[in-house]
Amino acid sequence: MAVDTATAVPPPPPARQQENKEEQPYLERGKKRHTGPLLLGILVVWLVVFALLKNHDTRALGLQDTTDFHEWLNRIRDWVQLHGPDNWFFGGVLGFIGDTFNNIFTFLQKLVSIPAFPRPVPQIGWLGVVAVFAWIAWAVAGLRSTILVVITFLLFGVFGLWQDSIDLLLVTILAVLVCFIIGLPLGIAMARRTTMSNIVTPLLDIAQTMPPFAYLAPVALGFGIGPTTAIVLTVVYALPPLVRITEHGIRSVPETTIEAARSLGLTSSQMLRRVELPMAKRTIVVGVNQSMMAALSMATIAALVNGPGLGKPVNAALQIQNIGAASVAGLLIVLMAIMLDRTTTAASERSGGVASVSGPQVLLMGVVLEKLPRWATEDAGRGVRHPRLTNAGKWTIRGLWLIPVLVAVYLSRQQLNFAQFPGRDVWGFLKPIDGKSVTKYINDFSNWFIDKVDTFTLALKNDVTKVVINPFQNLLAESPWWAMALVILAIAFVLGGWRPTVISAVCLAIIFGTGLWNDSMVTLAMTLLATLLVMVVAVILGVGMGRSRRTDTIIRPFLDAFQTIPPFVYLVPALALFGVGRFTAIMAALAYAAPIATKLVADGIRGVAPTTVEAARSTGSTTWQMITKVQLPMARESLVLATNQGLLYVLSMVVIGGLVGGGSLGYIVVSGFSQDQLFGKGLAAGIAITAMGVMLDRIARYAAARVGR
Amino acid sequence: MARGLTRGRTRLVAIVASVGLGLAAVAGCGSGGGIKDASGGSSSGKDCGDLRIAVNPWTGYVANAHVIGYLAKTKLGCNVTYPDVKEEVGWAGMASGSIDTIVENWGHPDLVKKYIDEQKSVVDAGPTGGKGIIGWYVPPWMAQKYPDITDWKNLNKYAGLFKTSESGGKGQLLDGDPSYVTNDEALVKNLKLNYKVVVGGSEAGLIQSFKSAEKNKTPLLAYFYEPQWFFSEMKLVHVNLPTYKDGCDADAAKVNCDYPPYELNKLIAKKFDDSGSPAVDLVKKFSWSNDDQNVVAKYIAADGMSPDDAAKKWVDANPDKVKAWLGS
Repeated sequence: MAVDTATAVPPPPPARQQENKEEQPYLERGKKRHTGPLLLGILVVWLVVFALLKNHDTRALGLQDTTDFHEWLNRIRDWVQLHGPDNWFFGGVLGFIGDTFNNIFTFLQKLVSIPAFPRPVPQIGWLGVVAVFAWIAWAVAGLRSTILVVITFLLFGVFGLWQDSIDLLLVTILAVLVCFIIGLPLGIAMARRTTMSNIVTPLLDIAQTMPPFAYLAPVALGFGIGPTTAIVLTVVYALPPLVRITEHGIRSVPETTIEAARSLGLTSSQMLRRVELPMAKRTIVVGVNQSMMAALSMATIAALVNGPGLGKPVNAALQIQNIGAASVAGLLIVLMAIMLDRTTTAASERSGGVASVSGPQVLLMGVVLEKLPRWATEDAGRGVRHPRLTNAGKWTIRGLWLIPVLVAVYLSRQQLNFAQFPGRDVWGFLKPIDGKSVTKYINDFSNWFIDKVDTFTLALKNDVTKVVINPFQNLLAESPWWAMALVILAIAFVLGGWRPTVISAVCLAIIFGTGLWNDSMVTLAMTLLATLLVMVVAVILGVGMGRSRRTDTIIRPFLDAFQTIPPFVYLVPALALFGVGRFTAIMAALAYAAPIATKLVADGIRGVAPTTVEAARSTGSTTWQMITKVQLPMARESLVLATNQGLLYVLSMVVIGGLVGGGSLGYIVVSGFSQDQLFGKGLAAGIAITAMGVMLDRIARYAAARVGR
Repeated sequence: MARGLTRGRTRLVAIVASVGLGLAAVAGCGSGGGIKDASGGSSSGKDCGDLRIAVNPWTGYVANAHVIGYLAKTKLGCNVTYPDVKEEVGWAGMASGSIDTIVENWGHPDLVKKYIDEQKSVVDAGPTGGKGIIGWYVPPWMAQKYPDITDWKNLNKYAGLFKTSESGGKGQLLDGDPSYVTNDEALVKNLKLNYKVVVGGSEAGLIQSFKSAEKNKTPLLAYFYEPQWFFSEMKLVHVNLPTYKDGCDADAAKVNCDYPPYELNKLIAKKFDDSGSPAVDLVKKFSWSNDDQNVVAKYIAADGMSPDDAAKKWVDANPDKVKAWLGS
C-alpha cells in the first residue's frame, strides 16, 4: 500500500515543494516492500488448498455440543453457585460490596425516583429534581446547559419514563464516580511506570472487547441481582477509556514543564497536584466524558440482569415488538448522552479560569450588577464600563437563586402534581406529545415504511448473501483450520512484520483452544465484510462532510444519534427490513460502526493542508482527481485509524448480530447467557471474540505504522 | 494553576454544602399536605413485607407475575418488586436470597437437580395450570395452501420451498430463541430431513419472520412455542413430529420424536417458603389456563397496556378464580 500511495500523489508544483517535503518526509525513502504481490501469492496458494481440501479439518461444532473446556468452565460456575454464598470471597467481600452499593442506590432512589414507603411518591418530586439539577447546571456550566438540562428532564416526564430516566442517571453518575476513583490513580500510575502500563493495557483491551453477555450471569451471581451488578458491569466497560485518556493526558505534559517544576524543588506529590493534574485537566475531562458515554451504552445490557434505568423499557418493548416504545426510551438515552456531554464540556471550559459572566448574561444582568455592593463586583478592566462579579458576588447570586429551587423542592413534597409527573389526564395539552402518542407516530411511520420497501430489501438481502457473503464465508470457514491459521499468520507478517505475527499466533492458539474454530472463522468473515462496508460508507460520507460544512451540519446529528442509541432499539426494524440472517447482522454492525469511522475520515479530509488543496486546484485537477489523488491519500492516517476503530466497533456488535441471525460466536455467547448448560461454551465464545479483536487490532496497528512511514 | 484547582474544589464543596443544607431544611417541613401515605392494604393477620417476583423475558410470564403481584399488593399489602432476570439467573437469585419466586418455569431438569435436589434452596410450588408446547410451526397461509404440510413425513416433499440464502441448498428450519434447548439439529438428522437448522437468534427474530412470511406469502418453517402472545395475532400451525413417548429424548444425539409437553410450574425460594408470608399461599394456589394467560398477554403486547393495568382488568373480570387463590 505504501508503494501505491507514493506513486499516486501527483508531483507537487515546484513552488510548494519545500512544504510538501516537510509533510511527508519518509515517503520516498521507505524500503520497497512487495506487499501487493506477496498478498496475491498468499491468496493463490490459499485458493489451491481450499479447492483440494475443502471441508476437511474445519473443526465445526454442533449447536448444543460442548467440549471438555466448556464443561470445565461449567463446573467452576457450578461450584461458585453452590458454595459461593458461604465462601469468604464470593459471599463475604463481593456480597458486602453488593449490599453497600444496593443500600446507597436504594437510598438515592427513594430520594428522587421511587416511592419512599410509606409515601406513595419519592421524597423529592419531579419539580424539585428539575430545579436542583437546573441550579447545579447553571452554577457550573452556564445558561445554555441549564436550558438543555431543563428540557431533557421535562421530556423524561412528558414521555412517561421519569423513574427509569432518573434511575439511569443515578447508575451513570455512581458508575462514573467509581470509575473516577479507580481510574484516575490507575491512569497516573500507568503514566509514571511503563511496567504498570504494560500490565494494565492488555486488561483494558480485554475489558473493552469481551462481550458483556459472556460475564453477565457470573457478575450477577457475585454481586446479587440489583443495582450493584448494573454498576459493576457499567464500570468494567466505562473504566478503560477514562484510564487510557488519563494516562495519555499525564504523559502529554511537556518534559520542559516537568523539568522546570523539578528545578523548583517540588516533591513528587506536589508535582502531581500542582503541575501534572492541572495541565492534564482538560484531557481528563474528555476521559470522564467518554466514560459517561460508554456507561450509557451499557444501559440495555445491564437491564437484562435487573439493572435499573431506561434499558428496562427498551427490553420490554423488544419483547412485544413495539418499535415505537423502544425508540422513545432509546431517544431519551440519546438525549441524556447529549445533555451529559454538553454540560460536562461546558463546565470544564468554564473552569479554565475565564470570567463566567459574559455574553447575553452581561446584558441581562447589567442593570442588576450596577446596584450590587462593591465587594460583589470589580471592574472588567481595560476601561470597559461593564462591571464584573467577584467570587463572593457570584456566590451571592447563586445563593439567591437557591431560594426558588428550595421552594420548588418544598412544593414537590407537598403537591401530588409536582411530585409525580402528571400524565395526559391531568395536563390535557400533553396528549399530542406524550410517550403514548409519540410511540404511535413512530409505529405508524415504521409500519408504513416497512410495508413499502420490505419486498425490495428482503430481495437485496438474499442476493447479497448469495453473491458476497456465502462465497467469502465458505472460503474462511471451509478451509482446513491449519491452512486458515497459516494464511492469517502470513498476512500478518506481510502487512506488519514479525511482532503482529507472534501476537496473532498466540491469539489463534487461544481461539483454537476454545474449541470454536469454525464459528470463529464465520464470525471473522462477517467482521471483515462489515468493516469493508463501514469503510465504504465512511469514505463516501466522510469525504462529503470534510469538503462541505453544510453537509457536515446535516449529517453529524444522525451520526451522534446512531452512536448512542442502543442497538436493541433498531433490532426489530432491521429484522423487518432484512429478515433473519447474516446480512442483517452486518447491517446492524454498519449502523453502529459507521458513525465513528465517518467522523474520523471527515476529520482527516478537513485536516489536509489548504495550501496543498489550492496547489492541486491550480494545476487544474477535477473534483474526482482532487478527492482520489490528493485528499484521500493525504488523509491516509485518518483512514487507517477509522478502519481500526470501525473494526473494533463492528466486533462489539458480534453479539447483537447473533440476535438477528448472525449465528456463530455471537449466538453462542447469547445462548451461553440463556442456557445453564451452555454457560461454558458462551464464555469460551466470549474469549474467542476477545482474542480475535486483539489480533485484528494489532495487525491493523502495525500495518498502519508502516503505511504511516 | 494551583489557585485554579483550589478554587474549583472550594466551589464544589460550596455547591454540595448549599444544596445539602437547603434540602435538609426543606425535607424537615415536608410531609403531610396534599400527599397521603400509602395505606397498607387490607390487613390479613400476618405482615406481608417484601415480595420479589422474578420476571423472565417473555410476555406470558409477565402476565403471571403481574397478576400475582397485583393481588399481593392490593389484597395482602405486600411491597412487590419485579426484578428482570433470565431463568438461570432467577434460580441463582432464589438460592442466594435476592428473589422470592419464579412464577412460570419450563422444566429445566439441570437446574431442578442443582437447586431443588442437591442444594435444597428452592421448592416446587405446584403447576401454574399452563401447558407448554414446543415444536415446529408454519404460518397460517401455508397450512391452508399445503394442508398435508403439518405431517413431518411430507416435509421433505416441500424442502425446496424453504430454501433460502442462509440454508445452503437445503430447506431452512429457522431456530433459535437462544433461551431454550433445542434438539432440532439431531431431529433433522435422525428423521433424515433435507433441512438445515439456521439460527434466528432471538424471539424478536422468529416473530418478525412469521409476520413477513404471512404478509408476503413466503414459506417459513420455524421453532416456536405456546403459550405466546403472538398467537393472539396470528394462529401459527403446529407441524406434528413423531409423537413423544417417555424416554425417546433420553439421549440428545438420538432424539427422533416431538418435544415433550411441559407442565409449567412455579418455584419458591426455601427461605421465602419458611418466612410465613401470606404471599406464599397465594403463589402456591395460583393456577390458570393458557387462555387466561393469553388474554392478559394480549392486553400487554397488542393493546399496549401496562402490565399492572392489564392484571387489574383481568382480576376485575374474574373474581371467582381470584377468590380461590386468596383462600377466603
